[in-house]
Amino acid sequence: MPKIVVLVKFTPDLTSDRSFLPDGTVDRAATPGRLSELDEHAAEQALRVQESGDGWELTYLTMGPDGASDALRKALSMGGDGAVHVKDDALHGSDAFATSLVLAAAIKRIGFDLVVTGMASTDAGMGVVPALLAERLGVPQVTYAGRLSVSGEAVEILRDSDTSAETVTARLPAVVSVTDRTGEARYPSFKGIMAAKKKPVETLSLADLGIDPGLVGLAGARTTVLTATRRPARTAGQLVKDDGDGGRALADFLAAQRFI
Amino acid sequence: MPVVLVVVDAVDGSVPKPTLELLTLARRIGTPAAVVFGPAARAAVPALGEYGAADVYLVPDPQVLEHLVVPKVDALQQIAGQIGGELAAVLLTSSPEGKEVGARLALRLESGLITDAVDVEAGDPASGHAVVATESVFAASFTVTSAVTAGVPVITVKPNATTPVAEPVEPAVHEVAVELSDAATATAITDRTVRESSGRPELTDASIVVSGGRGLGGAEHFAQIEGLADLLGAAVGASRAAVDAGWYPHSNQVGQTGKTVSPQLYLAIGISGAIQHRAGMQTSKVIAAINKDPEAPIFDLADFGIVGDLHKVVPALTEEIARRRG
Repeated sequence: MPKIVVLVKFTPDLTSDRSFLPDGTVDRAATPGRLSELDEHAAEQALRVQESGDGWELTYLTMGPDGASDALRKALSMGGDGAVHVKDDALHGSDAFATSLVLAAAIKRIGFDLVVTGMASTDAGMGVVPALLAERLGVPQVTYAGRLSVSGEAVEILRDSDTSAETVTARLPAVVSVTDRTGEARYPSFKGIMAAKKKPVETLSLADLGIDPGLVGLAGARTTVLTATRRPARTAGQLVKDDGDGGRALADFLAAQRFI
Repeated sequence: MPVVLVVVDAVDGSVPKPTLELLTLARRIGTPAAVVFGPAARAAVPALGEYGAADVYLVPDPQVLEHLVVPKVDALQQIAGQIGGELAAVLLTSSPEGKEVGARLALRLESGLITDAVDVEAGDPASGHAVVATESVFAASFTVTSAVTAGVPVITVKPNATTPVAEPVEPAVHEVAVELSDAATATAITDRTVRESSGRPELTDASIVVSGGRGLGGAEHFAQIEGLADLLGAAVGASRAAVDAGWYPHSNQVGQTGKTVSPQLYLAIGISGAIQHRAGMQTSKVIAAINKDPEAPIFDLADFGIVGDLHKVVPALTEEIARRRG
C-alpha cells in the first residue's frame, strides 16, 4: 500500500501578539496555537491524492510540545488514517537543520512514497524544511507547487517564480511542498471531527528515533538570536471621509510628503 | 583576505539589482566572488566587476537550468571547496529558490543558515561572529539580529537591503565544469513560460507601490490602479484576495505568501488589511489607504486614509495629480 506522510505544524495564531522568550526562541505558551493555515493546504492536496484511488495510506507527522497534538486532531478531522507526534524536551529551540533531521528519521520509520508539506510555516517561515528533507532522504524535491498531480509513479507540479512559470516533474518517492495557490482547504465535517477522536496517534521520543539530543534543540542550533526588539507599533493617522473632495485631500497629503 | 561568495540570481547573463546589493553587502565582510549560472553566464562578468567581484565563477552547463535547485547546490559546494578556508560567507537572494539552494548548501557544508535578512554587517571580532544579520519577523512586529554559530554562514538577503555602490575591479574569471550528483537530475523542469515584463518598476525595488484589493470588484478595475501607478512611477501590487479571484498575477501579490515590500509610499486601495497582507507591507515609510469601511484594519496603520468609494476617489486623485503636474 503506497504511503503519504503529511507534515503539519502547530504555530502561534497569526492574529495574536507573538513574542520571544529570553533564550531567543518563540514564546509558544503566551499565544493560542493552531494548525498552521499553510499546512491545511498540504492536508487538502494529500487527501485529494488519497481520494483519487490507488489505496494510499495517509499519516500526519508533527514535531512539537504537547499542544501540537491539537494540530494533528484538526488535520485528522479533515481526513486521513493516523498520526505521529514527535515530542521531546530536548527539541526546544530546534533550527531547520535539527527539525529536518528529526522529521526525516520519523518519515523513514513510518515509510513513504510521497511526503507533502506546506510552503513554509507561519512562524519561523524560512520555507526550507522541504528542501532539507529531500536532501536528507535522498529523494527529489518538488517544491512550491501551485498545482499538483500525482499519477502512477510520478509527480508533476506547476511552480511560479517571479520571471516564469515552470512545469516540474519527478519520480516517486519525492518530497512535495504546496502553496496557498493550490485551492481552499476543506472544513472538517461533524462526522470528521468525531471520527478523528478514534484515529491512532503515536508519540515518539528522540530515543525512539535513535537521535542524539545534543544534535537538536538549542544545543544543536547553528544560529543564535542576538537581539529581538519590538518595533514601535504604527499609529493611525488622519482619516478623511470622502464628500467629493477625498481625491484632492489625498493629493494634498501626497504633495505635502513630496510624492507629487 | 576573507572571500564572500555571491550567487547571481539570473541565468540569462543579466545582473539584477538585488545581486548588486549582495555584492555591496559582501564588501563589508570581505572580497566578493560571484557565481553565475547558465550558458550566457559570461555576459555578466563586466557588471559583476563594476560592483567589486574580484573573482567570477562561470557555470555554463545548460543542465543547471533543466533541473530544480540541486545542480546549483552541487556547483556551489564544488566552488566552496576550491576556495577552501578563505570562504567567510555565502550570500544569496531571498527568493524561494535562493532559500532552497542556500539551505541544501548549508546542510552539506555543516553550516548555519539565516533567511530573509534585511541587513548584513561584519560581526564584532570580539564576539566571534563573522557576520550579523538583521531580520524582520512576526509580520514585521519584531526586529531580530542573529548570527551563524557553526561553519561558513549562508545568508539569504531580501531585495532592497541596501543601495548598490560600484567599486570597479578587473575580475579573474574561472569556468567551472560541475560534476552533477544523481540527485541533481532527479527533478526535471519540463516546461518554462517566461512572463512578459510590465515595464513598471519591480515590486520589491519600487519607491512607490500602488496596490489593489477585493474592493476593486473586478479585474477590469485594475486599469485604474495601473493608471495611477504609472502617473506616480510606481509598481503595482495586489492583495491575496484579488490574486485568488484571478484579477491580477500572483507575482504581484503583497503579503505573507507573496512579496514583502518596504517602499517610501504604499497606497492601499480597496484592501481591508488582514494580518497576512500587513505582514508584507507594514515597514513601508508612509502608508495611505482608500477604503469604504471606516473600521477596516488598514486604517490602523495608515498615515492618511480616505473613507469612501474608491471608484470615485481614485479617478479624482488621478485627475488631481495629472492637473498639478500640468
